[in-house]
Amino acid sequence: MTYVARKFGFFIATLWAVVTLNFLIPRLQPGDPAEIMVKRLAGKDAALDPAQVKAMRAMLGAPDGSLWNQYVTYLGELVHGNFGLSYTYYPYSVTEVIGQAFWWTVVLVVFTQVVSFVVGVVLGAYAAWRRNSRLDSVVTLGSTFLGTLQPFWIGLLLLYVFGYTVGWFPTSGGYEEATPGFNWPFIQEAVSHSFLPALALLIVTPIGWILGMRNTMIMNLGEDYIRLAKAKGLPDRHVALKYAARNALLPSVTGFALALGGVLGGAILVETVFDYPGLGRLMGEAVENKDYPLLQTLMLLTTAGVLVANLAADLLYGVLDPRARRAEG
Amino acid sequence: MTTETTPLPTPGEDFMAEGEPRQDLAVEQVSDATRPDQWWQVVWSSKKARVGIGIVAVYVVVAVFAPLIAPHDPLDSSFVPLAGPSSTNWLGTTTSGQDIASQLIYGARISLLVGLFAGLIATVIATVIGMISGYAEGTILDDLLSFVTNVALVIPALPLIITLVAYSEVRGIWLIVGVISITSWAGAARAKRAQIITLRNRDFVTAAKFSGEGTWRIVFREIMPNMTSLVAASFVGAATGAIAAEAGLAALGLGDSQSVSWGTMLYQSNAQGAIAQGLWLWVFVPGLVLAILMTAMTFINFGVDLLSNPHLREDA
Repeated sequence: MTYVARKFGFFIATLWAVVTLNFLIPRLQPGDPAEIMVKRLAGKDAALDPAQVKAMRAMLGAPDGSLWNQYVTYLGELVHGNFGLSYTYYPYSVTEVIGQAFWWTVVLVVFTQVVSFVVGVVLGAYAAWRRNSRLDSVVTLGSTFLGTLQPFWIGLLLLYVFGYTVGWFPTSGGYEEATPGFNWPFIQEAVSHSFLPALALLIVTPIGWILGMRNTMIMNLGEDYIRLAKAKGLPDRHVALKYAARNALLPSVTGFALALGGVLGGAILVETVFDYPGLGRLMGEAVENKDYPLLQTLMLLTTAGVLVANLAADLLYGVLDPRARRAEG
Repeated sequence: MTTETTPLPTPGEDFMAEGEPRQDLAVEQVSDATRPDQWWQVVWSSKKARVGIGIVAVYVVVAVFAPLIAPHDPLDSSFVPLAGPSSTNWLGTTTSGQDIASQLIYGARISLLVGLFAGLIATVIATVIGMISGYAEGTILDDLLSFVTNVALVIPALPLIITLVAYSEVRGIWLIVGVISITSWAGAARAKRAQIITLRNRDFVTAAKFSGEGTWRIVFREIMPNMTSLVAASFVGAATGAIAAEAGLAALGLGDSQSVSWGTMLYQSNAQGAIAQGLWLWVFVPGLVLAILMTAMTFINFGVDLLSNPHLREDA
């Protein structure tokens, strides 16, 4: 129980730290943040529009109040899910804009993450089991090089080859004419539009799992219980899967959330390249248009997503490995 | 290791031995190679590291002598736009008539500068926090520093970096260096904390305590020299990550507006629709030189790993 409480405690504390960071970032600059932002938005020499400054202040909290009062107001707004209006998509609220893009990214990232995990763990385990074989050398040396490629660059190349030169896949957007919703034409269009972005991520993202799994598996293969299993005359397959791989999987579970952060980072750029209608492209647009309410909410949302995944991975790890509960609890 | 090149490993010898598990970093490792000239020998004994050092050396030469090597000013837009490769413009020109080859050559400067300085700063932060936290293990100070480290580790870096950079009016290279450094030290700090915990109860530390040395002196003068290889490995890792982060930021249009980097080249080419117009060289080359540099640095780290883990050393 202590283990679970500890992990929940860390989750809450981290979430608080991120929320506070999000509050402090716009206030790090000297001067009245609302005026500065409006000025930046309208151009240096333009006159300040009082209405805009007021709207900005509404987002940033009471301008005259102390930092503490602003902080309390800010927390109150967060609790009520009030993130302000987006400049880019005025007069829509940030929540509405994000709601449109949310599932595009969730589907893309979750699909990529799950496929990477499965492919990476299977390849890594197989490479370790057939250590020094030709397949092992291809997998490990190939991973070292592929791991340094940038997903957005791969995306640009895929776009050039499969989008423009061969023309197998659409070059931008998320769908064409179909009405978004749960209907076959839309799903077809969405899948063909998501194919290249997913591929761009999938060339890089399994690498961490492959190398990690291979290393742990090789360490585990040297353990006594493996020798015992072999001495008992268990078939190779059984030793590899039920003994070595099963234990080697454990550290991969804790790496899940950290890897998710990486996939999200890659997705921001890949979505921009493919003009994919998800949160990443939205973040790119928010940067370009200096849409601070949107940008900050996106930062908060992606971070919170990773924190939740981290909590889930920690809790799962506690269930899978009793030693973790005992050691920390 | 022999000098002849063997493309595929011979059976029985683990060709990936250099990249072997690093889990045991924290377990046992007061390296036997303690003097700088011996480190160099150990790192140089790895064929991968030799290749990596050679490639990085070429990049450094290109960056330092960029004005002599580059045929044109990277921002000079007086050429015919959209030209293909020619003797004047080796890799063709951009949509605004800039020379792609010259941009590529000058771009090496940004990547190496960001890698060097962001790598150094992140390593210093990681070392100070990790060492203090590990030496103070079990105290409130350690709890606090460990918490900060874990928070920094779990927050996804790129969205945070983007948000921080998006707020600043002037996006100079030092702002980018600073933002990347303060968001990328956590993993290395955790590794150093784990290692100092294994070192702090050694006899030489106890002896230093009894001889009345101060805590700072014990941590940074007595213990730290034993961790130099870990510090070096984390520097190379941090520098590699910083180069990637700069490229990503610049590719989103958040690069230093005063200079040309490979990331800004990718941003420009994407924004100008290079792909749709068939200008694939403009896109292909910056990403390729970036990937080669990062692979070379990964190779160097295989060599540096040998320092901290004698078990990995190939029989020389």
